[in-house]
Amino acid sequence: MSPAAERLVYLVAAVLFIVGLQRLQSPATARNGNAISGVGMLIAIVTTLITAEILSPLVILAGLLVGSAIGFWMARTVKMTSMPQMVALLNGFGGAASLLVGGAEFLKSELVGEQIPVDTGITIQLSILIGAVTFTGSLIAWAKLQEVMTGKPIIYPGQKAISGVLALAVVGLSVYQLMTAESLLWPFYAVVAISLLLGVLLVIPIGGADMPVVIALLNSYSGIAAAMTGFVIDNSVLIISGALVGSSGIILSQIMCKAMNRSLANVLFGAFGAAGPSGSAKSSAGMSVRSVTPEDAAIQLAYAQSVVVIPGYGMAVAQAQHAVREIQELIEKRGGEVKYAIHPVAGRMPGHMNVLLAEANVSYDKLREMDDINPEMDRVDVAVVIGANDVVNPGARTDTSSPIYGMPIINADHAKSIIVLKRSMAAGFAGIENELFYNAKTSMLFGDAKQSLTKVISEIKQL
Amino acid sequence: MSETLIGGLVIFVLATFLGAALIGRVPPTLHTPLMSGSNAISGITVVGALIVAGAGLGWISSVLGFLAVVFAMLNVAGGYVVTDRMLLMFKKEEKR
Repeated sequence: MSPAAERLVYLVAAVLFIVGLQRLQSPATARNGNAISGVGMLIAIVTTLITAEILSPLVILAGLLVGSAIGFWMARTVKMTSMPQMVALLNGFGGAASLLVGGAEFLKSELVGEQIPVDTGITIQLSILIGAVTFTGSLIAWAKLQEVMTGKPIIYPGQKAISGVLALAVVGLSVYQLMTAESLLWPFYAVVAISLLLGVLLVIPIGGADMPVVIALLNSYSGIAAAMTGFVIDNSVLIISGALVGSSGIILSQIMCKAMNRSLANVLFGAFGAAGPSGSAKSSAGMSVRSVTPEDAAIQLAYAQSVVVIPGYGMAVAQAQHAVREIQELIEKRGGEVKYAIHPVAGRMPGHMNVLLAEANVSYDKLREMDDINPEMDRVDVAVVIGANDVVNPGARTDTSSPIYGMPIINADHAKSIIVLKRSMAAGFAGIENELFYNAKTSMLFGDAKQSLTKVISEIKQL
Repeated sequence: MSETLIGGLVIFVLATFLGAALIGRVPPTLHTPLMSGSNAISGITVVGALIVAGAGLGWISSVLGFLAVVFAMLNVAGGYVVTDRMLLMFKKEEKR
Protein backbone atom coordinates (compact mmCIF):
# COMPACT_ATOMS: atom_id res chain seq x y z
CA MET A 1 0.00 0.00 0.00
CA SER A 2 1.43 3.39 -0.96
CA PRO A 3 1.74 6.01 1.80
CA ALA A 4 -1.01 8.06 0.12
CA ALA A 5 -3.37 5.11 -0.05
CA GLU A 6 -2.55 4.32 3.56
CA ARG A 7 -3.53 7.82 4.65
CA LEU A 8 -6.77 7.62 2.69
CA VAL A 9 -7.73 4.34 4.33
CA TYR A 10 -7.05 5.84 7.77
CA LEU A 11 -9.30 8.73 6.75
CA VAL A 12 -12.07 6.24 5.99
CA ALA A 13 -11.64 4.83 9.51
CA ALA A 14 -11.89 8.33 11.01
CA VAL A 15 -15.07 9.03 9.03
CA LEU A 16 -16.61 5.80 10.30
CA PHE A 17 -15.90 6.90 13.90
CA ILE A 18 -17.64 10.20 13.20
CA VAL A 19 -20.66 8.47 11.61
CA GLY A 20 -20.76 6.12 14.60
CA LEU A 21 -20.92 9.02 17.04
CA GLN A 22 -23.54 10.74 14.90
CA ARG A 23 -25.78 7.68 15.14
CA LEU A 24 -25.67 7.93 18.94
CA GLN A 25 -28.22 10.73 18.64
CA SER A 26 -31.06 8.28 19.07
CA PRO A 27 -31.35 4.98 20.94
CA ALA A 28 -32.91 3.56 17.76
CA THR A 29 -29.76 4.02 15.65
CA ALA A 30 -27.11 3.89 18.37
CA ARG A 31 -26.35 0.17 18.24
CA ASN A 32 -25.81 0.32 14.51
CA GLY A 33 -23.55 3.35 15.03
CA ASN A 34 -21.42 1.44 17.50
CA ALA A 35 -20.99 -1.33 14.93
CA ILE A 36 -19.98 1.20 12.25
CA SER A 37 -17.42 2.66 14.61
CA GLY A 38 -16.13 -0.87 15.26
CA VAL A 39 -15.69 -1.45 11.52
CA GLY A 40 -13.61 1.74 11.41
CA MET A 41 -11.39 0.33 14.15
CA LEU A 42 -11.00 -2.96 12.31
CA ILE A 43 -9.99 -1.12 9.14
CA ALA A 44 -7.42 0.93 11.06
CA ILE A 45 -5.90 -2.15 12.73
CA VAL A 46 -5.74 -4.21 9.52
CA THR A 47 -4.20 -1.28 7.62
CA THR A 48 -1.50 -0.92 10.27
CA LEU A 49 -0.75 -4.65 10.20
CA ILE A 50 -0.36 -4.50 6.42
CA THR A 51 1.69 -1.33 6.17
CA ALA A 52 3.85 -1.27 9.31
CA GLU A 53 7.30 -2.84 9.23
CA ILE A 54 6.75 -5.85 11.42
CA LEU A 55 9.87 -7.63 12.56
CA SER A 56 8.37 -9.29 15.61
CA PRO A 57 4.94 -10.64 14.60
CA LEU A 58 4.71 -12.90 17.64
CA VAL A 59 4.78 -9.93 20.04
CA ILE A 60 1.93 -8.33 18.11
CA LEU A 61 -0.12 -11.50 17.87
CA ALA A 62 0.28 -12.17 21.60
CA GLY A 63 -0.68 -8.58 22.47
CA LEU A 64 -3.75 -8.61 20.24
CA LEU A 65 -4.95 -11.93 21.63
CA VAL A 66 -4.34 -11.17 25.30
CA GLY A 67 -5.89 -7.68 25.13
CA SER A 68 -8.95 -8.79 23.15
CA ALA A 69 -9.57 -11.82 25.33
CA ILE A 70 -9.44 -9.90 28.62
CA GLY A 71 -11.42 -6.99 27.17
CA PHE A 72 -14.09 -9.30 25.82
CA TRP A 73 -14.31 -11.19 29.10
CA MET A 74 -14.62 -7.96 31.12
CA ALA A 75 -17.29 -6.60 28.79
CA ARG A 76 -19.36 -9.77 28.93
CA THR A 77 -19.21 -10.27 32.68
CA VAL A 78 -19.42 -6.73 34.12
CA LYS A 79 -22.65 -5.95 35.98
CA MET A 80 -24.58 -2.91 34.79
CA THR A 81 -24.35 -1.42 38.30
CA SER A 82 -20.55 -1.59 38.01
CA MET A 83 -20.44 0.25 34.69
CA PRO A 84 -18.79 3.36 36.23
CA GLN A 85 -15.89 1.19 37.42
CA MET A 86 -15.62 -0.43 34.00
CA VAL A 87 -15.46 2.94 32.24
CA ALA A 88 -12.91 4.18 34.81
CA LEU A 89 -10.70 1.18 34.03
CA LEU A 90 -11.10 1.63 30.27
CA ASN A 91 -10.09 5.30 30.63
CA GLY A 92 -7.01 4.16 32.54
CA PHE A 93 -6.07 1.54 29.96
CA GLY A 94 -6.29 4.13 27.19
CA GLY A 95 -3.95 6.38 29.17
CA ALA A 96 -1.57 3.50 29.81
CA ALA A 97 -1.42 2.68 26.10
CA SER A 98 -0.51 6.29 25.24
CA LEU A 99 2.08 6.37 28.02
CA LEU A 100 3.67 3.16 26.75
CA VAL A 101 3.72 4.20 23.09
CA GLY A 102 5.18 7.60 23.97
CA GLY A 103 7.76 5.99 26.24
CA ALA A 104 8.71 3.38 23.66
CA GLU A 105 9.13 6.04 20.95
CA PHE A 106 11.40 8.01 23.26
CA LEU A 107 13.53 5.03 24.26
CA LYS A 108 13.79 3.90 20.65
CA SER A 109 15.37 7.20 19.60
CA GLU A 110 17.59 7.39 22.66
CA LEU A 111 18.80 3.81 22.29
CA VAL A 112 19.81 4.18 18.66
CA GLY A 113 21.42 7.53 19.58
CA GLU A 114 19.11 9.63 17.43
CA GLN A 115 18.47 13.27 18.35
CA ILE A 116 14.69 13.74 18.77
CA PRO A 117 13.39 16.87 16.97
CA VAL A 118 11.96 19.39 19.45
CA ASP A 119 8.35 19.24 18.25
CA THR A 120 8.28 15.43 18.33
CA GLY A 121 9.91 15.65 21.74
CA ILE A 122 7.15 17.92 23.04
CA THR A 123 4.40 15.62 21.84
CA ILE A 124 6.21 12.59 23.30
CA GLN A 125 6.43 14.31 26.69
CA LEU A 126 2.75 15.32 26.51
CA SER A 127 1.65 11.85 25.60
CA ILE A 128 3.65 10.49 28.55
CA LEU A 129 2.36 13.11 31.01
CA ILE A 130 -1.32 12.93 30.02
CA GLY A 131 -1.21 9.15 29.56
CA ALA A 132 0.34 8.62 33.00
CA VAL A 133 -2.03 11.01 34.80
CA THR A 134 -5.00 9.33 33.10
CA PHE A 135 -3.71 5.89 34.04
CA THR A 136 -3.14 6.35 37.78
CA GLY A 137 -5.97 8.88 38.15
CA SER A 138 -8.40 6.35 36.67
CA LEU A 139 -7.14 3.60 38.95
CA ILE A 140 -7.85 5.83 41.97
CA ALA A 141 -11.29 6.69 40.57
CA TRP A 142 -11.91 2.96 40.14
CA ALA A 143 -10.79 2.25 43.72
CA LYS A 144 -13.16 4.94 45.05
CA LEU A 145 -16.08 3.63 43.00
CA GLN A 146 -15.36 0.02 43.93
CA GLU A 147 -15.09 1.22 47.54
CA VAL A 148 -11.74 -0.46 48.06
CA MET A 149 -10.64 2.96 49.28
CA THR A 150 -12.59 5.67 51.07
CA GLY A 151 -15.03 7.72 49.01
CA LYS A 152 -14.27 10.71 51.22
CA PRO A 153 -11.89 13.36 49.91
CA ILE A 154 -8.34 12.75 51.14
CA ILE A 155 -6.85 16.11 52.02
CA TYR A 156 -3.59 17.18 53.61
CA PRO A 157 -1.90 20.53 54.21
CA GLY A 158 -0.24 22.13 51.20
CA GLN A 159 -2.05 19.78 48.81
CA LYS A 160 -2.42 22.20 45.93
CA ALA A 161 1.10 23.55 46.42
CA ILE A 162 2.61 20.06 46.31
CA SER A 163 0.67 19.13 43.16
CA GLY A 164 1.65 22.47 41.62
CA VAL A 165 5.35 21.97 42.37
CA LEU A 166 5.24 18.46 40.92
CA ALA A 167 3.53 19.73 37.76
CA LEU A 168 6.22 22.40 37.40
CA ALA A 169 8.89 19.76 37.95
CA VAL A 170 7.47 17.73 35.05
CA VAL A 171 7.57 20.79 32.80
CA GLY A 172 11.12 21.66 33.92
CA LEU A 173 12.42 18.13 33.42
CA SER A 174 10.75 17.88 30.02
CA VAL A 175 12.29 21.14 28.87
CA TYR A 176 15.70 20.04 30.18
CA GLN A 177 15.32 16.75 28.34
CA LEU A 178 14.48 18.52 25.09
CA MET A 179 17.25 21.09 25.37
CA THR A 180 20.17 18.98 26.48
CA ALA A 181 22.38 17.61 23.73
CA GLU A 182 23.39 14.67 25.88
CA SER A 183 21.53 11.42 25.69
CA LEU A 184 20.04 11.26 29.17
CA LEU A 185 17.58 8.74 30.51
CA TRP A 186 17.06 9.89 34.09
CA PRO A 187 14.90 12.96 33.29
CA PHE A 188 12.67 10.66 31.24
CA TYR A 189 12.20 8.22 34.10
CA ALA A 190 11.64 11.10 36.50
CA VAL A 191 8.91 12.55 34.24
CA VAL A 192 7.18 9.16 34.07
CA ALA A 193 7.36 8.68 37.85
CA ILE A 194 6.17 12.18 38.76
CA SER A 195 3.35 12.03 36.19
CA LEU A 196 2.14 8.74 37.64
CA LEU A 197 2.23 10.28 41.12
CA LEU A 198 0.37 13.38 39.91
CA GLY A 199 -2.51 11.25 38.64
CA VAL A 200 -2.94 9.82 42.14
CA LEU A 201 -2.63 13.18 43.90
CA LEU A 202 -5.12 14.90 41.60
CA VAL A 203 -7.92 12.39 42.19
CA ILE A 204 -7.61 11.50 45.91
CA PRO A 205 -8.97 14.90 47.13
CA ILE A 206 -12.17 14.43 45.09
CA GLY A 207 -15.15 12.91 46.89
CA GLY A 208 -17.11 9.87 45.74
CA ALA A 209 -20.17 11.93 44.83
CA ASP A 210 -18.12 13.90 42.31
CA MET A 211 -16.91 10.79 40.48
CA PRO A 212 -19.29 11.36 37.51
CA VAL A 213 -17.37 14.52 36.71
CA VAL A 214 -13.98 12.89 37.27
CA ILE A 215 -14.77 9.91 35.04
CA ALA A 216 -15.97 12.21 32.27
CA LEU A 217 -12.83 14.31 32.62
CA LEU A 218 -10.52 11.29 32.61
CA ASN A 219 -12.42 10.10 29.54
CA SER A 220 -11.43 13.36 27.93
CA TYR A 221 -7.79 12.98 29.03
CA SER A 222 -7.58 9.50 27.55
CA GLY A 223 -8.72 10.98 24.22
CA ILE A 224 -6.23 13.84 24.37
CA ALA A 225 -3.47 11.36 25.23
CA ALA A 226 -4.40 9.33 22.15
CA ALA A 227 -4.29 12.51 20.04
CA MET A 228 -0.81 13.33 21.39
CA THR A 229 0.33 9.83 20.43
CA GLY A 230 -1.06 10.62 16.99
CA PHE A 231 1.26 13.63 16.81
CA VAL A 232 4.20 11.46 17.88
CA ILE A 233 3.72 8.86 15.15
CA ASP A 234 2.30 11.45 12.69
CA ASN A 235 -1.00 9.67 12.11
CA SER A 236 -4.12 11.73 11.57
CA VAL A 237 -6.65 9.03 12.50
CA LEU A 238 -5.25 9.07 16.04
CA ILE A 239 -5.38 12.86 16.16
CA ILE A 240 -8.99 12.95 14.91
CA SER A 241 -10.29 10.16 17.16
CA GLY A 242 -8.41 11.49 20.15
CA ALA A 243 -9.82 14.98 19.63
CA LEU A 244 -13.38 13.58 19.28
CA VAL A 245 -13.08 11.68 22.54
CA GLY A 246 -11.31 14.61 24.19
CA SER A 247 -14.14 17.03 23.45
CA SER A 248 -16.78 14.42 24.32
CA GLY A 249 -15.39 14.01 27.82
CA ILE A 250 -15.07 17.75 28.35
CA ILE A 251 -18.68 18.33 27.31
CA LEU A 252 -19.96 15.59 29.58
CA SER A 253 -18.04 16.97 32.55
CA GLN A 254 -19.45 20.43 31.84
CA ILE A 255 -22.98 19.02 31.76
CA MET A 256 -22.35 17.35 35.13
CA CYS A 257 -20.90 20.52 36.66
CA LYS A 258 -23.83 22.59 35.44
CA ALA A 259 -26.23 20.05 36.94
CA MET A 260 -24.54 20.59 40.30
CA ASN A 261 -24.21 24.36 39.88
CA ARG A 262 -20.48 24.13 40.50
CA SER A 263 -17.42 25.01 38.50
CA LEU A 264 -15.03 22.36 37.27
CA ALA A 265 -12.32 23.94 39.45
CA ASN A 266 -14.55 23.58 42.51
CA VAL A 267 -15.14 19.92 41.74
CA LEU A 268 -11.43 19.22 41.20
CA PHE A 269 -9.97 21.23 44.06
CA GLY A 270 -12.92 21.98 46.37
CA ALA A 271 -12.76 18.70 48.37
CA PHE A 272 -16.57 18.74 48.44
CA GLY A 273 -18.13 16.68 51.24
CA ALA A 274 -14.99 16.69 53.41
CA ALA A 275 -16.49 19.08 55.94
CA GLY A 276 -19.23 16.69 57.05
CA PRO A 277 -22.81 17.42 58.03
CA SER A 278 -21.96 20.75 59.64
CA GLY A 279 -22.16 22.39 56.20
CA SER A 280 -25.74 23.58 56.46
CA ALA A 281 -27.17 25.97 58.99
CA LYS A 282 -30.46 24.11 58.98
CA SER A 283 -30.59 21.01 61.09
CA SER A 284 -33.18 18.39 61.75
CA ALA A 285 -33.66 19.44 65.37
CA GLY A 286 -37.31 19.57 66.32
CA MET A 287 -38.57 18.19 63.00
CA SER A 288 -40.12 14.75 62.75
CA VAL A 289 -40.39 12.26 59.95
CA ARG A 290 -43.38 10.08 59.16
CA SER A 291 -42.52 6.45 58.61
CA VAL A 292 -44.94 4.19 56.73
CA THR A 293 -45.33 0.45 56.20
CA PRO A 294 -45.15 -1.26 52.79
CA GLU A 295 -48.94 -1.81 53.06
CA ASP A 296 -49.58 1.95 53.28
CA ALA A 297 -47.22 2.65 50.40
CA ALA A 298 -48.91 -0.04 48.32
CA ILE A 299 -52.34 1.55 48.82
CA GLN A 300 -51.00 4.97 47.92
CA LEU A 301 -49.39 3.67 44.73
CA ALA A 302 -52.22 1.38 43.68
CA TYR A 303 -54.76 4.20 43.57
CA ALA A 304 -52.48 6.82 42.04
CA GLN A 305 -53.22 8.08 38.55
CA SER A 306 -49.79 9.50 37.96
CA VAL A 307 -46.54 8.31 39.54
CA VAL A 308 -43.02 9.63 39.01
CA VAL A 309 -40.07 7.51 40.10
CA ILE A 310 -36.91 9.42 40.99
CA PRO A 311 -34.00 6.99 41.15
CA GLY A 312 -30.57 7.61 42.65
CA TYR A 313 -27.44 5.66 43.37
CA GLY A 314 -29.25 3.83 46.19
CA MET A 315 -31.37 2.06 43.56
CA ALA A 316 -28.19 0.73 41.96
CA VAL A 317 -26.73 -0.36 45.29
CA ALA A 318 -29.91 -2.24 46.21
CA GLN A 319 -30.26 -3.65 42.66
CA ALA A 320 -33.87 -2.50 42.90
CA GLN A 321 -34.40 -1.62 39.22
CA HIS A 322 -36.25 -4.86 38.40
CA ALA A 323 -38.62 -4.45 41.35
CA VAL A 324 -39.25 -0.86 40.25
CA ARG A 325 -40.19 -2.05 36.80
CA GLU A 326 -42.57 -4.62 38.29
CA ILE A 327 -44.35 -1.93 40.30
CA GLN A 328 -44.56 0.19 37.16
CA GLU A 329 -46.37 -2.66 35.39
CA LEU A 330 -48.77 -3.20 38.30
CA ILE A 331 -49.68 0.49 38.40
CA GLU A 332 -50.13 0.59 34.63
CA LYS A 333 -52.37 -2.47 34.77
CA ARG A 334 -54.58 -0.60 37.23
CA GLY A 335 -54.78 2.36 34.86
CA GLY A 336 -52.15 4.65 36.34
CA GLU A 337 -49.24 6.22 34.53
CA VAL A 338 -45.58 5.88 35.55
CA LYS A 339 -42.67 8.05 34.43
CA TYR A 340 -39.07 8.21 35.56
CA ALA A 341 -37.35 11.49 36.36
CA ILE A 342 -33.59 11.30 35.87
CA HIS A 343 -31.32 13.96 37.30
CA PRO A 344 -28.13 14.46 35.25
CA VAL A 345 -25.93 13.56 38.24
CA ALA A 346 -28.04 10.70 39.61
CA GLY A 347 -25.81 7.66 40.01
CA ARG A 348 -22.06 7.43 39.69
CA MET A 349 -21.66 8.36 36.02
CA PRO A 350 -23.56 10.25 33.33
CA GLY A 351 -26.53 8.17 32.18
CA HIS A 352 -25.98 5.47 34.83
CA MET A 353 -29.66 5.31 35.88
CA ASN A 354 -30.83 5.09 32.27
CA VAL A 355 -28.68 2.02 31.65
CA LEU A 356 -29.92 0.31 34.82
CA LEU A 357 -33.55 0.96 33.92
CA ALA A 358 -32.94 -0.16 30.35
CA GLU A 359 -31.48 -3.37 31.79
CA ALA A 360 -34.73 -3.85 33.72
CA ASN A 361 -36.64 -3.47 30.44
CA VAL A 362 -38.05 -0.03 31.15
CA SER A 363 -38.92 1.60 27.84
CA TYR A 364 -36.62 4.56 27.22
CA ASP A 365 -39.49 6.88 26.28
CA LYS A 366 -40.65 6.72 29.91
CA LEU A 367 -37.40 8.28 31.09
CA ARG A 368 -37.66 12.05 31.45
CA GLU A 369 -34.99 14.66 31.94
CA MET A 370 -35.18 17.03 34.88
CA ASP A 371 -36.24 20.08 32.87
CA ASP A 372 -39.01 18.14 31.11
CA ILE A 373 -40.56 16.67 34.22
CA ASN A 374 -40.34 19.61 36.63
CA PRO A 375 -43.26 21.62 35.13
CA GLU A 376 -45.45 18.50 35.48
CA MET A 377 -44.57 17.71 39.08
CA ASP A 378 -47.55 19.64 40.55
CA ARG A 379 -49.96 17.26 38.86
CA VAL A 380 -48.19 14.10 40.05
CA ASP A 381 -50.04 12.03 42.66
CA VAL A 382 -47.04 10.18 44.08
CA ALA A 383 -43.35 10.90 43.66
CA VAL A 384 -41.30 7.85 44.61
CA VAL A 385 -37.74 8.70 45.58
CA ILE A 386 -35.53 5.61 45.52
CA GLY A 387 -32.05 6.01 46.94
CA ALA A 388 -31.76 9.62 45.78
CA ASN A 389 -31.09 12.44 48.20
CA ASP A 390 -29.28 15.62 47.19
CA VAL A 391 -30.94 15.76 43.75
CA VAL A 392 -34.39 16.17 45.40
CA ASN A 393 -33.31 18.43 48.28
CA PRO A 394 -35.52 21.55 48.28
CA GLY A 395 -32.79 23.27 50.30
CA ALA A 396 -30.97 23.72 46.99
CA ARG A 397 -33.71 26.18 45.98
CA THR A 398 -34.20 28.08 49.20
CA ASP A 399 -31.45 27.59 51.78
CA THR A 400 -28.67 30.01 50.85
CA SER A 401 -26.45 28.53 53.55
CA SER A 402 -26.64 25.04 52.04
CA PRO A 403 -23.53 23.78 50.23
CA ILE A 404 -25.76 22.69 47.35
CA TYR A 405 -27.67 26.00 47.15
CA GLY A 406 -28.38 26.81 43.49
CA MET A 407 -28.08 23.24 42.26
CA PRO A 408 -31.00 22.42 39.94
CA ILE A 409 -33.15 19.68 41.50
CA ILE A 410 -36.11 17.52 40.61
CA ASN A 411 -39.08 19.12 42.38
CA ALA A 412 -40.27 16.02 44.20
CA ASP A 413 -41.77 18.26 46.90
CA HIS A 414 -44.24 19.69 44.35
CA ALA A 415 -45.99 16.33 43.99
CA LYS A 416 -49.23 15.73 45.92
CA SER A 417 -47.51 13.10 48.01
CA ILE A 418 -44.00 11.72 48.27
CA ILE A 419 -42.69 8.30 49.24
CA VAL A 420 -39.00 8.16 50.06
CA LEU A 421 -37.27 4.77 50.12
CA LYS A 422 -34.19 5.02 52.24
CA ARG A 423 -32.04 2.74 54.32
CA SER A 424 -31.84 5.06 57.32
CA MET A 425 -31.89 8.75 58.15
CA ALA A 426 -28.16 9.06 57.33
CA ALA A 427 -27.27 12.14 55.28
CA GLY A 428 -26.45 11.88 51.58
CA PHE A 429 -23.00 11.98 50.03
CA ALA A 430 -22.74 15.71 50.46
CA GLY A 431 -23.60 15.25 54.15
CA ILE A 432 -26.50 17.70 53.97
CA GLU A 433 -29.78 17.56 55.84
CA ASN A 434 -32.74 17.11 53.47
CA GLU A 435 -35.95 18.92 54.48
CA LEU A 436 -37.94 16.88 51.95
CA PHE A 437 -37.89 14.04 54.49
CA TYR A 438 -39.63 16.26 57.06
CA ASN A 439 -42.26 17.52 54.64
CA ALA A 440 -45.85 16.84 55.80
CA LYS A 441 -46.58 15.23 52.42
CA THR A 442 -43.66 12.83 52.72
CA SER A 443 -43.80 9.26 53.95
CA MET A 444 -40.55 7.44 54.63
CA LEU A 445 -40.31 3.76 53.79
CA PHE A 446 -37.19 2.62 55.62
CA GLY A 447 -35.17 -0.44 54.69
CA ASP A 448 -33.36 -1.97 51.74
CA ALA A 449 -35.05 -0.58 48.63
CA LYS A 450 -35.33 -3.93 46.90
CA GLN A 451 -36.84 -5.67 49.93
CA SER A 452 -39.25 -2.80 50.59
CA LEU A 453 -40.38 -2.76 46.95
CA THR A 454 -40.83 -6.53 46.91
CA LYS A 455 -43.16 -6.20 49.90
CA VAL A 456 -45.01 -3.34 48.20
CA ILE A 457 -45.43 -5.49 45.09
CA SER A 458 -47.05 -8.35 46.98
CA GLU A 459 -49.30 -5.88 48.82
CA ILE A 460 -50.46 -4.25 45.56
CA LYS A 461 -51.20 -7.68 44.12
CA GLN A 462 -53.50 -8.41 47.06
CA LEU A 463 -55.52 -5.23 46.65
CA MET B 1 7.56 24.35 14.27
CA SER B 2 7.44 21.84 11.47
CA GLU B 3 4.80 21.52 8.76
CA THR B 4 3.64 18.13 10.08
CA LEU B 5 3.05 19.54 13.55
CA ILE B 6 1.02 22.46 12.18
CA GLY B 7 -0.94 20.12 9.92
CA GLY B 8 -1.71 17.88 12.88
CA LEU B 9 -2.72 20.84 15.01
CA VAL B 10 -5.20 22.02 12.34
CA ILE B 11 -6.80 18.56 12.26
CA PHE B 12 -6.83 18.39 16.07
CA VAL B 13 -8.59 21.74 16.54
CA LEU B 14 -11.18 21.09 13.82
CA ALA B 15 -11.91 17.59 15.14
CA THR B 16 -12.35 18.99 18.65
CA PHE B 17 -15.07 21.35 17.42
CA LEU B 18 -16.64 18.58 15.36
CA GLY B 19 -16.66 16.39 18.47
CA ALA B 20 -18.34 19.12 20.50
CA ALA B 21 -21.05 19.55 17.87
CA LEU B 22 -21.66 15.79 17.68
CA ILE B 23 -21.68 15.10 21.41
CA GLY B 24 -24.00 18.02 22.17
CA ARG B 25 -26.70 16.16 20.26
CA VAL B 26 -26.40 12.88 22.15
CA PRO B 27 -29.40 12.53 24.53
CA PRO B 28 -28.54 12.17 28.25
CA THR B 29 -30.10 8.72 28.26
CA LEU B 30 -27.18 7.50 26.11
CA HIS B 31 -24.39 9.19 28.03
CA THR B 32 -23.05 5.96 29.57
CA PRO B 33 -22.85 4.11 26.23
CA LEU B 34 -21.35 7.28 24.78
CA MET B 35 -18.53 7.12 27.31
CA SER B 36 -17.81 3.43 26.83
CA GLY B 37 -18.10 3.86 23.06
CA SER B 38 -15.64 6.74 23.09
CA ASN B 39 -13.35 4.59 25.25
CA ALA B 40 -13.38 2.11 22.40
CA ILE B 41 -12.54 4.87 19.92
CA SER B 42 -9.62 6.09 22.02
CA GLY B 43 -8.33 2.53 21.71
CA ILE B 44 -7.13 3.79 18.31
CA THR B 45 -3.79 4.14 20.11
CA VAL B 46 -3.50 0.48 19.10
CA VAL B 47 -2.18 1.76 15.76
CA GLY B 48 0.81 3.35 17.49
CA ALA B 49 1.15 0.34 19.77
CA LEU B 50 1.31 -2.08 16.83
CA ILE B 51 4.01 -0.01 15.13
CA VAL B 52 6.11 0.07 18.32
CA ALA B 53 5.55 -3.60 19.14
CA GLY B 54 6.41 -4.80 15.67
CA ALA B 55 9.56 -2.74 15.20
CA GLY B 56 11.80 -5.37 16.81
CA LEU B 57 14.14 -2.85 18.45
CA GLY B 58 15.28 -4.94 21.35
CA TRP B 59 13.51 -6.35 24.34
CA ILE B 60 12.60 -3.08 26.13
CA SER B 61 10.71 -1.75 23.12
CA SER B 62 9.11 -5.14 22.60
CA VAL B 63 7.89 -5.36 26.19
CA LEU B 64 6.55 -1.80 26.13
CA GLY B 65 4.98 -2.41 22.72
CA PHE B 66 3.40 -5.66 23.86
CA LEU B 67 1.88 -3.99 26.93
CA ALA B 68 0.69 -1.05 24.82
CA VAL B 69 -1.07 -3.42 22.40
CA VAL B 70 -2.67 -5.27 25.33
CA PHE B 71 -3.97 -2.07 26.96
CA ALA B 72 -5.22 -0.59 23.69
CA MET B 73 -6.97 -3.81 22.72
CA LEU B 74 -8.58 -3.96 26.17
CA ASN B 75 -10.07 -0.60 25.29
CA VAL B 76 -11.11 -1.63 21.79
CA ALA B 77 -12.61 -5.04 22.62
CA GLY B 78 -13.93 -4.09 26.06
CA GLY B 79 -15.34 -0.76 24.83
CA TYR B 80 -17.17 -1.98 21.74
CA VAL B 81 -18.54 -5.15 23.31
CA VAL B 82 -19.82 -3.51 26.49
CA THR B 83 -21.35 -0.63 24.51
CA ASP B 84 -23.14 -3.08 22.27
CA ARG B 85 -24.37 -4.97 25.33
CA MET B 86 -25.81 -1.77 26.78
CA LEU B 87 -27.36 -0.45 23.58
CA LEU B 88 -29.08 -3.78 23.01
CA MET B 89 -31.03 -3.14 26.22
CA PHE B 90 -32.41 0.24 25.17
CA LYS B 91 -35.84 -0.65 23.91
CA LYS B 92 -39.03 1.19 23.29
CA GLU B 93 -42.18 -0.43 24.57
CA GLU B 94 -43.98 -2.37 21.89
CA LYS B 95 -47.55 -1.34 21.36
CA ARG B 96 -49.79 -3.95 22.86
